[in-house]
Amino acid sequence: MSALLEVRNLQVRVEEREILHGLSLTVNKGEVHAIMGPNGSGKSTLSHVVAGKPGYEVTGGEILFKGEDLLKMDPDERAAKGVFLAFQYPVEIPGVATMTFLRTALNAQRKARGESEYSTPDFLKKVREVAASLNIPQEMLRRGVNVGFSGGEKKRNEVLQMALFEPSLCILDEMDSGLDIDALRIAADGVNALRSSERAMVVITHYQRLLNYIVPDFVHVMSKGRVVKSGGKELALELEESGYAQFEDQAA
Amino acid sequence: MPAELETVERVRRIDVDQYRYGFETIIESDKAPKGLSEDIVRFISAKKDEPEWMLEWRLEAYRRWLTMQEPTWARVDYPKIDYQDLYYYSAPKQKKALASLDEVDPEILKTYEKLGIPLREQEILAGVVRPEGEADGEAPRRVAVDAVFDSVSVATTFQAELKKAGVIFMPISHALREHPDLVKKYLGTVVPTTDNFFATLNSAVFSDGSFVYVPPGVRCPMELSTYFRINERNTGQFERTLIIADKGSYVSYLEGCTAPQRDENQLHAAVVELIALDDAEIKYSTVQNWYPGNSEGKGGVYNFVTKRGDCRGKNSKISWTQVETGSAITWKYPSCILRGDNSRGEFYSIAISNGYQQVDSGTKMIHLGKNTTSRIISKGIAAGKSQNTYRGLVSAHRKATGSRNFTACDSLLIGDKCGAHTVPYVEAKNSSALFEHEATTSKISEDVLFYCVQRGLSQEEAVGLVVNGFVRDVLQQLPMEFAVEAQKLISISLEGSVG
Repeated sequence: MSALLEVRNLQVRVEEREILHGLSLTVNKGEVHAIMGPNGSGKSTLSHVVAGKPGYEVTGGEILFKGEDLLKMDPDERAAKGVFLAFQYPVEIPGVATMTFLRTALNAQRKARGESEYSTPDFLKKVREVAASLNIPQEMLRRGVNVGFSGGEKKRNEVLQMALFEPSLCILDEMDSGLDIDALRIAADGVNALRSSERAMVVITHYQRLLNYIVPDFVHVMSKGRVVKSGGKELALELEESGYAQFEDQAA
Repeated sequence: MPAELETVERVRRIDVDQYRYGFETIIESDKAPKGLSEDIVRFISAKKDEPEWMLEWRLEAYRRWLTMQEPTWARVDYPKIDYQDLYYYSAPKQKKALASLDEVDPEILKTYEKLGIPLREQEILAGVVRPEGEADGEAPRRVAVDAVFDSVSVATTFQAELKKAGVIFMPISHALREHPDLVKKYLGTVVPTTDNFFATLNSAVFSDGSFVYVPPGVRCPMELSTYFRINERNTGQFERTLIIADKGSYVSYLEGCTAPQRDENQLHAAVVELIALDDAEIKYSTVQNWYPGNSEGKGGVYNFVTKRGDCRGKNSKISWTQVETGSAITWKYPSCILRGDNSRGEFYSIAISNGYQQVDSGTKMIHLGKNTTSRIISKGIAAGKSQNTYRGLVSAHRKATGSRNFTACDSLLIGDKCGAHTVPYVEAKNSSALFEHEATTSKISEDVLFYCVQRGLSQEEAVGLVVNGFVRDVLQQLPMEFAVEAQKLISISLEGSVG
């Protein structure tokens, strides 16, 4: 059986500068992978390229998702196929109620997959259930998307969407940035509730701290646009002790 | 015969007669020669069977117009118009009859589909005339009759209800004959014949338009919207609308249509006058979606409109709401004269420009009475290579003590080849006036769009969603059933605006 996500020898440029120099990564269903590395190692670039953000030029390699060529798909097609990116900095969309946004997006995905759109009562029921489990008040869903949300609320809103859209691959880009311990715990609990044998997660982070809450099956260390070391969850602890410096030379 | 079918039959019979004598003006097919002269003005007036004073009124306007210069202060650029190269009478009939929808620009049909307009209505909007002998072999203008069939059943019910309430709602050409005193008393009292180049031209040659009078204390029993939408198709290039809300009355009026109108007339110069007496309220909503020109900026309607409301009585209120998405050039400033003490003026606007469209629009709030208040919410959205200008005046007269205004002008840019401009004029001639002005200009960011598409929206859906969020405050002012259509229209107008 083929892997859920297969990144092979990926080379990516931004404005003539190569950021990823042949990165490979295999993620199977049910696995949680952590990607760690210093600033500028290419972690976020990887997440953006998988999700299809414009502005990146893929000069070599390939990305297969469920055996299909992901790079040939538009970002919304990728979303409908089950790729979800939880943003490091979720954007604000004034005037668009969160509830409206959720329903529009969910129905767009379902439509793209040839499924029927949710009826209003079914949708509301589903959102309410998920929102309650994440400690998200109804009032927040009536506000504009992320408008006036605290850092913690924004991240919880990301997890809410993840729960609602039921993607098969979740990429969490620096979910811990800007969160205090309590906010982090709530968001992480939400993510853990979504772990399943049918779903994989890629958790991108600088710090080991997040991995105390979301315990990975595999840890990869990135440096200068490559994966330089892979291992089990203990690798994260090792990094916490010794830092990233030891890998800088290896990558060069 | 089943009851339903019987009703249908009956309405069909009523219809044909109602059509002839009802709201529609039957315009003869003969047309005046090109160009404008006193003779043409006389010709138009004679065609309309107008009273002598009306002819004089038109002629006076015409003579005045000869002495006027076309204004150049707006931020719009278009080739010089040759006023002698236009038809002034046959214009409303210039829609070419098409045999079927197959002859209509497929782009327009796509838009109809997206707006969810029924096929029959599509045909009417596109100007399709079925050939004789087709289907049940009815009159040549079968589709038109059908349209009236669809609408007159509604329209006749409406007419009866309006009559019961004492509301007068008819073409202005009919009102000139049936209610000459009312027309004479109010016509040109808000926008005088000398007002501006385009309004003066309109006064000389206007072909038709609507007349509404709501008697004292009457709340007009319906939105004058559905009705008007149906009757809009033959309005000409020089419309004249006059609405009077007598003491303590209320009326909500909606002009225009979300569906794009096929129109061969390039120059439109309409005049709308609203008069609200003591404690009366007029709500006037517009959705304008005329042909904006092709992707290279060729063709398209020039829309030079003068719209003004007079809050003549104390505690009166006039509210303008507009959604402007069409026309190559829009030059339009729906305004309020706040004459009565405690009167209130409102202006809610969404102006969208794409392609090579040029919009110069805004409002004037002229505070004359004491404790008058006004509110301006303007949302300009520029995409493509368009230019979008808000131009507004808020002024307080010496005697307008305690007057207040709040203005918020927000502009949204999509792409980097368009422009948004805000030109506010504020004049306070007494020290107790309190005017506030807020303005913002922003760009739809790549990050916001990417966020939306990552969640499964297409690029165009994403733009539509963001823009609809941006204009939400204004959309809420539209009559309910129209707000939904307007929302779709906004998304459609911006299609292709993102690469």
